[in-house]
Amino acid sequence: MTLIATDVPSPSPEDDRGRQRRRRGGLAGFAVRRLLTGIGTMAFVLVFNFFLFRLLPGDPIALYTRGRNTDREQIAALRRALNKPIGEQFVNYLKNPFSSGVDSTQFSRPVWDVIGDYVWPTLVLLGTATVLSAVIGIAIGIKGGWRRGSTFDRTSTAATLTLYAMPEFWLGMVLLILFSTGVGVFPGVFPSGGTLTPGLDPWSVDGILDQAWHLCLPATTLTLAYLAEYALVMRSSLVDELGQDYLMTARAKGLMDRLVRRRHAVPNALLPTITLVFLNIGFVVSGAITVETVFSWPGLGLLSYQAIRGPDVPLLQAIFLLFSLSVVAANLVADVVVAAVDPRVRT
Amino acid sequence: MSAPAAAPVLSARAVVRARRRAARRRFVADFRAQRAGVAGVAILVVFIGLALLAPVLFGSDQLQVTKATGGTLQPPDGSFPLGTDETGRSVLALVVWGARVSLLVGVAATVISMAIGTLVGIASGHFGSWLGALLERLTDWFLVIPFLPLAIVLATVLGSSLLNVIIVIGVTSWPGTARLVRAQTLSVEARPYLERARVLGGGHWHQMSRHVLPNVMPLVLANTTLTVAIAILSETTLSFLGLGDPFRVSWGSMLDNAFAAGAISAGAWWYLLPPGVCVVIVVLAFTLVGRALENVLDPRSREG
Repeated sequence: MTLIATDVPSPSPEDDRGRQRRRRGGLAGFAVRRLLTGIGTMAFVLVFNFFLFRLLPGDPIALYTRGRNTDREQIAALRRALNKPIGEQFVNYLKNPFSSGVDSTQFSRPVWDVIGDYVWPTLVLLGTATVLSAVIGIAIGIKGGWRRGSTFDRTSTAATLTLYAMPEFWLGMVLLILFSTGVGVFPGVFPSGGTLTPGLDPWSVDGILDQAWHLCLPATTLTLAYLAEYALVMRSSLVDELGQDYLMTARAKGLMDRLVRRRHAVPNALLPTITLVFLNIGFVVSGAITVETVFSWPGLGLLSYQAIRGPDVPLLQAIFLLFSLSVVAANLVADVVVAAVDPRVRT
Repeated sequence: MSAPAAAPVLSARAVVRARRRAARRRFVADFRAQRAGVAGVAILVVFIGLALLAPVLFGSDQLQVTKATGGTLQPPDGSFPLGTDETGRSVLALVVWGARVSLLVGVAATVISMAIGTLVGIASGHFGSWLGALLERLTDWFLVIPFLPLAIVLATVLGSSLLNVIIVIGVTSWPGTARLVRAQTLSVEARPYLERARVLGGGHWHQMSRHVLPNVMPLVLANTTLTVAIAILSETTLSFLGLGDPFRVSWGSMLDNAFAAGAISAGAWWYLLPPGVCVVIVVLAFTLVGRALENVLDPRSREG
């Protein structure tokens, strides 16, 4: 099934010989090679980010100041910065890629300072949702894949495909209207947004419980949105293992069905899904942008939304860079971790 | 030829045509066996019909805020089956008109994405030299750049219009296709008939267009329907973020308006539900058709 897993590496004929040769390099060699590729990718992202805003048509000053009141001095300062030779601009950019030489137009502060305030809530929300969705999604995938064609399998596949087709922010709005506003029989018990009821001390017992209460709906939304993919991929990789000889051997030894599944099939099938959990950081980030907006969750997603609505181009540029670099880093970590666990993938 | 009354001599072309007809018949029969895929096609036919008939069913003046007849966020009743939006327009009319933009953007962006993806994929698989390596690297790089942040940046810089939304989604969603096509190209290129073509003096263009492309197309076709699904979701997301065409109604822009107008705190479920449900149904339909096509075209993935 190639529904989503188009970015899971597929073996191609020309790779086989290379794999034979390279496998002798061992894990350290693989990690170093992978690190070099990762650095290459980061360099590309940096260069791409720089030229993206300079190659595209339009007056950059108009772009930077769209929708803002700017006096003549500010425009002159911008022009001085942008009229420097492109080489000099590029060198300055490389010295500090996140500053872009222009302050955030909305916050009138260096963009990196602004971003720093918004990182923590995003980490909490995305961390919770990623762990929950991976655990639940994998459990659903195992149960459905092992009993392929059963009622549970058919119901869960239909449900996960539907969840996969859902814009996550719409799901968030539906949950909000049902469980925060309250419609008909649904009780409006959850808060409509934010992280804390005003007036509470965030570090008191009440404050922490209150924050967890605020986390419920957005974390549920993102968990439902992400688990679909994990369940589908886990199911299909388990189905791939079903016909394998080693399972026949395990059964022939007289192992209980439960043990065959848990000790033999699942560990082998787990790897693609675990890789996907890491590789999905880009997808996870995209979900955060809209869902944080819907729930007024003060993280990087909501900040991106504010930057779009400005539009606050310097801020947008820095957020784009941050997101891209974190995805590259996550991919790097995923590859090395998976290679450490499974020698087969050291290509 | 003086052979006594043999079977009618068929020209090479006629043989090819007959084979193609047979292949098509087999394909249709195989597809019909995929019940979920057939259901997906039926749903899509209904939605495309609605989109085409929108001007007949609801005059375009129903979309104008100044000519709106209903009250603000009025719940569903006899004259407004799905209630009204914040300016008193019929939500039903908006949803039907919204189908036009959502489907158009989904299909048009996919065409762009497929064209780039197929071209880059075939070229990177065919040219083993530095060009192939460079294109492969480029694909990998674009694959890791997170889609939505990149799309947001592009849409902000280009400005909001229908064409720009199509371009933005098209140029950001090709790497997956390119990678798929590249893998398929490599496996086709390893087959003997390509060696034969090379030995007989077939140029790069001849090899790619006559031998590789026809073998890659079925895969691209299945991938296309899945990409349309993703493109429609992307359009919804971008429009929700205010990056769509401000003068056209789409399902995403309806959700944006509903959110901005406080439909959530007003409990106006009739304004929020319809556009989202339409997105889910259409995206699901494209996904089902894509999966069914995959099953038909690639028997290895066929499941019981």
